[in-house]
Amino acid sequence: MPAWVAILRGLGPRQITLRVGAPIIALVIALVITMILLRAAGVDPFNAMTSMIDYGTTSSSVVEILNRATGYYLSAIAVAIGFRMALFNIGVDGQYRMAAMLAAVLGGAVALPAPLGQILVIVAAMLVGGAWAAIAGLLKVTRGVSEVISTIMLNAIATGLIAYLLNPARLAEVRPGSNNVATPPIPESGQVPGFELAGGTVFGLIVLAVAVGIAFHVVINRTRFGYDLRISGLSLTAARASGVDSRRMIVTTMALSGVVAGLVGMPELLGASYQYSLNFPAGLGFTGIAIALLGRNNPFGIGLAALLFSFLDQSSDVLQLNDVPKEIVLVMQGTVVLTVVIVYELVRRFEIRLQQRAVAAELAAGHVIAGEKPAGGPE
Amino acid sequence: MRRGMRITAAVLASAMLTLGAAGCGGKKTTSDSGGAGGEAKKTLKVGLAYDIGGRGDQSFNDAAARGLDRVKSELNIQTKELSAKPDEPDSDKEARLKLLASGGFNPVVGVGFAYTAPITKVAKDFPNTKFLVVDADQCKVSGANVEGACFSEEQGSFLVGAAAALKSKTGTIGFIGGVNVPLIHKFWAGYEAGAKAAKPDIKVLPAKYLTQPPNFNGFKDPALGSDAAKGQLDAGADVIYHAAGGAGIGVIKTVGAAQKLAIGVDSDQYNQPAVANVKDFILTSMVKRVDVAVFDFVKAVADNTFTAGTKKYDLSNDGVGYATSGGKVDDIKAKLDQYKQEISSGQLKVPTS
Repeated sequence: MPAWVAILRGLGPRQITLRVGAPIIALVIALVITMILLRAAGVDPFNAMTSMIDYGTTSSSVVEILNRATGYYLSAIAVAIGFRMALFNIGVDGQYRMAAMLAAVLGGAVALPAPLGQILVIVAAMLVGGAWAAIAGLLKVTRGVSEVISTIMLNAIATGLIAYLLNPARLAEVRPGSNNVATPPIPESGQVPGFELAGGTVFGLIVLAVAVGIAFHVVINRTRFGYDLRISGLSLTAARASGVDSRRMIVTTMALSGVVAGLVGMPELLGASYQYSLNFPAGLGFTGIAIALLGRNNPFGIGLAALLFSFLDQSSDVLQLNDVPKEIVLVMQGTVVLTVVIVYELVRRFEIRLQQRAVAAELAAGHVIAGEKPAGGPE
Repeated sequence: MRRGMRITAAVLASAMLTLGAAGCGGKKTTSDSGGAGGEAKKTLKVGLAYDIGGRGDQSFNDAAARGLDRVKSELNIQTKELSAKPDEPDSDKEARLKLLASGGFNPVVGVGFAYTAPITKVAKDFPNTKFLVVDADQCKVSGANVEGACFSEEQGSFLVGAAAALKSKTGTIGFIGGVNVPLIHKFWAGYEAGAKAAKPDIKVLPAKYLTQPPNFNGFKDPALGSDAAKGQLDAGADVIYHAAGGAGIGVIKTVGAAQKLAIGVDSDQYNQPAVANVKDFILTSMVKRVDVAVFDFVKAVADNTFTAGTKKYDLSNDGVGYATSGGKVDDIKAKLDQYKQEISSGQLKVPTS
């Protein structure tokens, strides 16, 4: 392959170096910024970092980090599915809470033998999440409502609906004198046992998260549907011109994003809480947006990003113990996302410049580029 | 791009310089990790974990913080506070408690009913550490090293409800709850019952809840409280009771600005700096002595008089009550104390929902 073709395909030696180097540079910059902030807050940054790393690598912390990352990962994959088609699904939060609540009710109501009960609950959650997200897709294609607006609104509606349904008079269990409201607990036969690791229990459904990541990779990169999705994301008009039914793609992609969103609450529901209550973790859908951005919508990158965020969350308590306000962790997370976005944008511009230069050089040398047909074409 | 690189390099270089300086001159944070042998030592270190909001929420958590401050000043015991993240799973609470217990903190306090299950779980792994759950769920705890404090908020709310009814000139009173959760329903139930008992023909506006869970802004955002208060004032209420934590600051300010009466919650809000300019419009406050629960627990551990199990804080032991600062309820004090007497003796039952 001639050098200029390699550069056009983004495979030139400098580009590959940049691609590997960019996230590292971004993280280093983020780290430096946080350390400056810590210093400004009157804290010894090295001490703070050491205590975070010390605590974050204890065996019980590792288990916690893996468990929290499981939910983050699924949430970010759900967001990434939309992102790949330039759809901004802000509604993952509402989708997974609706799904978890209704699935919890189902799991608490029917007792089925071992794998059936779990499958029923998980499938139900996927269907609820998918249906809730599909509303936004349908609104977009039939009424032209921006999915950004509709998913935010659907989050609020989900909150209201859950508050209405999660009531002892409706779907919740009656618990006299309790400050909590919860669905009936899922019996042991319906729970998903975890793996014992270093004295803690890792969610059994971490396997599901990995499977979803692999499926995401395969579907996006190796199937006709994934191809349609990606080109729709790059240019809706071009996709339409080449025969992609864009309306159907929008609804399907939103629904698919919602299906994965439906899974977000499952590791916690089937592996730890066994009920949907006031204490059920919320807000994972928003964290997922940041993680998807950080992971560049790539299933492997998202995995690393989820672990990083989970690690930072885990160490927020030890910072407090050393008299550092825990909010610094939020600042760190925000800084990481910002630096990654900025560094990647700089790299992208640099790459375009590199390509232009390569093409110009070839043209100057009298090469007729239009005649060449690079197989596959640049992405 | 080359310029971009140069900027990056400059940033990195200057950062290194700053940090280098920090590395040399930085003060060493004293490490508190005395190991798990805290029990063996005579000196106690109290670890306290807050629910969302933490110190500075002008309400429930602040009451716990007051108790902790008293521990620090009166018992001369070292303390450490950790706040919770919003929307966290129970496992985060467990990790926080473990971090405290394994860091040698003993006793350990969890503030808020959400700590009930995590404390029950963690307490098993640290049999030598004493734990307290404030607002123990269903007033139940287990374990030989766990105490649960539970409060009869409905009893205190009954008294301020009666005060509201007796003081209302329009015959209409209101209630603003922070978040629509069972805990706040208790405040509402007692308030309504107290108002009806004192004045059967009083009109109690339907309870207004600021947000639905898991949106807990209703305990935080004063603007929400302010809007809701306007609504109830427009509906004719001239006494409004809030059980809305930090959002209640908005309620008190709005009600005060309209020269009507507000009723505070958790602490004696008459003395709170945040509402000092409208304190003349604070009729009373339903006080919930979380500070006493925290202080008593630590003191018991220090004196080796700790007993496991639940402890009820109600009118009979002044665990809840009404505040008299400002003297606005002096004329009806006899009536309120009579109710208090009847409730304490069990003669009068207050509904909880």
